[in-house]
Amino acid sequence: MRFGVETVAVGIGAFLALLGAAFARDSQFEAHMWVLFFVLLVSVVVMLRTATFKTAGTKQADTSGYFDEVVKYGAVATMFWGIVGFLVGVVVAAQLAFPDLNIEPWFNFGRMRPLHTSAVIFAFGGNALLATSFYVVQRTTRARLWGGNAAWFVFWGYQLFIVMAATGYLLGITQSREYAEPEWYVDLWLTVVWVVYLLVFLATLIKRKEPHIYVANWFYLAFIVTIAMLHVVNNLAVPVTFLGAKSYSAFAGVQDALTQWWYGHNAVGFFLTAGFLGMMYYFIPKQVGRPVYSYRLSIIHFWSLIFLYIWAGPHHLHYTALPDWAQTLGMVFSIMLWMPSWGGMINGLMTLSGAWDKIRTDPIVRMMVISVAFYGMSTFEGPVMSIKAVNSLSHYTDWTIGHVHSGALGWVGMISFGAIYYLVPKLWHRRRLYSLRLINWHFWLATLGIVVYAAVMWVAGIQQGLMWREYDTQGFLVFSFAESSAAMKPYYILRLVGGFMYLAGGLVMGFNIVMTILGREREEAPIPGSQPVTQPAE
Amino acid sequence: MSILDKHHILEKNATLLLVASLVVVSIGGIVEIAPLFYLENTIEKVKGMRPYSPLELAGRNIYIREGCYNCHSQMIRPFRDEVERYGPYSLAAESMYDHPFQWGSKRTGPDLARVGARYSDEWHVQHLIDPRSVVPESIMPTYAFLLERTLEIDNIALDLKANAAVGVPYDEAMIENAKVDLMAQADPDADTSGVEERYPKAVLGDFDGDPTKLSEMDALVAYLQMLGTLVDFSSYDPTSGYR
Repeated sequence: MRFGVETVAVGIGAFLALLGAAFARDSQFEAHMWVLFFVLLVSVVVMLRTATFKTAGTKQADTSGYFDEVVKYGAVATMFWGIVGFLVGVVVAAQLAFPDLNIEPWFNFGRMRPLHTSAVIFAFGGNALLATSFYVVQRTTRARLWGGNAAWFVFWGYQLFIVMAATGYLLGITQSREYAEPEWYVDLWLTVVWVVYLLVFLATLIKRKEPHIYVANWFYLAFIVTIAMLHVVNNLAVPVTFLGAKSYSAFAGVQDALTQWWYGHNAVGFFLTAGFLGMMYYFIPKQVGRPVYSYRLSIIHFWSLIFLYIWAGPHHLHYTALPDWAQTLGMVFSIMLWMPSWGGMINGLMTLSGAWDKIRTDPIVRMMVISVAFYGMSTFEGPVMSIKAVNSLSHYTDWTIGHVHSGALGWVGMISFGAIYYLVPKLWHRRRLYSLRLINWHFWLATLGIVVYAAVMWVAGIQQGLMWREYDTQGFLVFSFAESSAAMKPYYILRLVGGFMYLAGGLVMGFNIVMTILGREREEAPIPGSQPVTQPAE
Repeated sequence: MSILDKHHILEKNATLLLVASLVVVSIGGIVEIAPLFYLENTIEKVKGMRPYSPLELAGRNIYIREGCYNCHSQMIRPFRDEVERYGPYSLAAESMYDHPFQWGSKRTGPDLARVGARYSDEWHVQHLIDPRSVVPESIMPTYAFLLERTLEIDNIALDLKANAAVGVPYDEAMIENAKVDLMAQADPDADTSGVEERYPKAVLGDFDGDPTKLSEMDALVAYLQMLGTLVDFSSYDPTSGYR
């Protein structure tokens, strides 16, 4: 029976979850174990229904070529979680503009916000990284993924992590560590999945048939191993009981704060940057049809980027009770980080040398180029905001939210869209995408959405910061906090509009991808300039 | 450019590339975080800090559960406007027993580091039930359900034990009396000598306006009412905190 052992293992897991629910020491753990039980139960049913019973050896699955089935699932999951993440983002934005949209207790902003951040970073971004890294590492090593079904374990194990994290947030199960909210048992599960991911990736590199390891893989490898380190250290905690959801962080106060932001900033640096740079280094050259601009630049910017990023965490703690020497160190390294970041941007953009016309004629290239442009923009804004004087104004305000979104929506989102648009026709063996013109729609909806979002949040954040520190001529504070809060309303509504446009772009993409997978092709006029103009002979 | 020419060694050995990357990314964290654990001036010497009372700890866990940190910081920066708006700037010592810290990163609502004793219990309860009834401009969600929910207290001694395991100085008497102390703090008729002795400055009384029930509201308000009230600033020398 295919996947016989696996089905039994999931069934045992479901039974253990049931036991966990029965003997739970607190109501949250009980509820969460019921969720786990039902998820695993459904998995067992699905696995049994797809089981085929054949005598051994009648037909072996073909394992000679690349292992692309898991990449297909990853591409679909990326699209699905992307739309979910954007949708939850629009909902939480609406909650900030119209507080009556909070539905206590499960759908209050405090529980929904981690759902949004995790859905976008880990579900959307994570699946994009899983899918593309599995695709890229096979193509650039000319070797099949190592470990047989281990890649399936990584994919489904990661989806289970997402479901457990998301349902946990709504139940109020959180460590309160931003971007590391899941509790100890979910963290342990992710650790197992991640180690297998590292093994699959590394072993595929080791059995490669190419003499050199391609630059994209350096970034993927550094991303995987660094996230493993960050995840394990930041989530060190002592559970109250092994049958309860709650745990207490191993560190306290100032040490805990810096550990968390060492993690938090490098979730940005490695999850959302290094991994996606790996994506950039494969998909831009492929789509443009040109080699990477500079090999030497890629060496220099790779090592300097991964070295410097780790130091930048303390800029999240400027003027707090963190000792000044650590703050200053964080600021200095954050400013230095500007250079390797732009090294990556230059290497990506200049890959278009000799093919700049493709920005005009190929909407996928346009998407990738705007993504790298947003990368350059937010990696310049970041160092500026890490300067203590600037940070004294920007910290705690919506400026930070704007900065994060120009990076996440602009860089991470757009490069992932570009990669998915590239991958889907190849994976499903389609001649082309359903529609290139819809990509154009997606491009403009997303780009304008980001511009609205970021511009509005700049204004909102700076106004907030200035209102908090506004003094009158008598030396009294001018505004109460509530007044600064009321002043945000128009900006929060406009931000909602920007976010909605981005979501609409995501839906257009979803439609385009589904139609492509179904094998449909839209009859449409070609993008102007994409075809050689035929001129009559004179 | 001879170093760059040697890069092919790393490019041809995946394991070496992995190890080199791991070494390179380890350095920053080691240099920045490790000294915080042994440099003595990282945490200021202050009088008045004590571990959370069991009821405050239960309230803190509700604060975390509801994600209050997403919108409220607990870290007053040393600026004139913040000190005038919120009170003396926060010290590292004030979060030395916080597992995890709650400094926050965003002020969609105001800082709460010193919200303790600023408003009445009744104000807090009303504000949590319907924030806009007391602050019309507020965009905070409502938390009326906290009043209906009975506080889960069966594990409270284990909570203290887990905190002790990570270094919070809960002694055996505190762990033993955890449940008694928790109930006594929220019960105006109880003998509170034990909880007052173990947790100086603990705010006592029925917080949620319903003496018949120990609700989650009781715990959360008890936590809010002690925030930032422990350190004795009259005996604190700010120059000792420069580092």
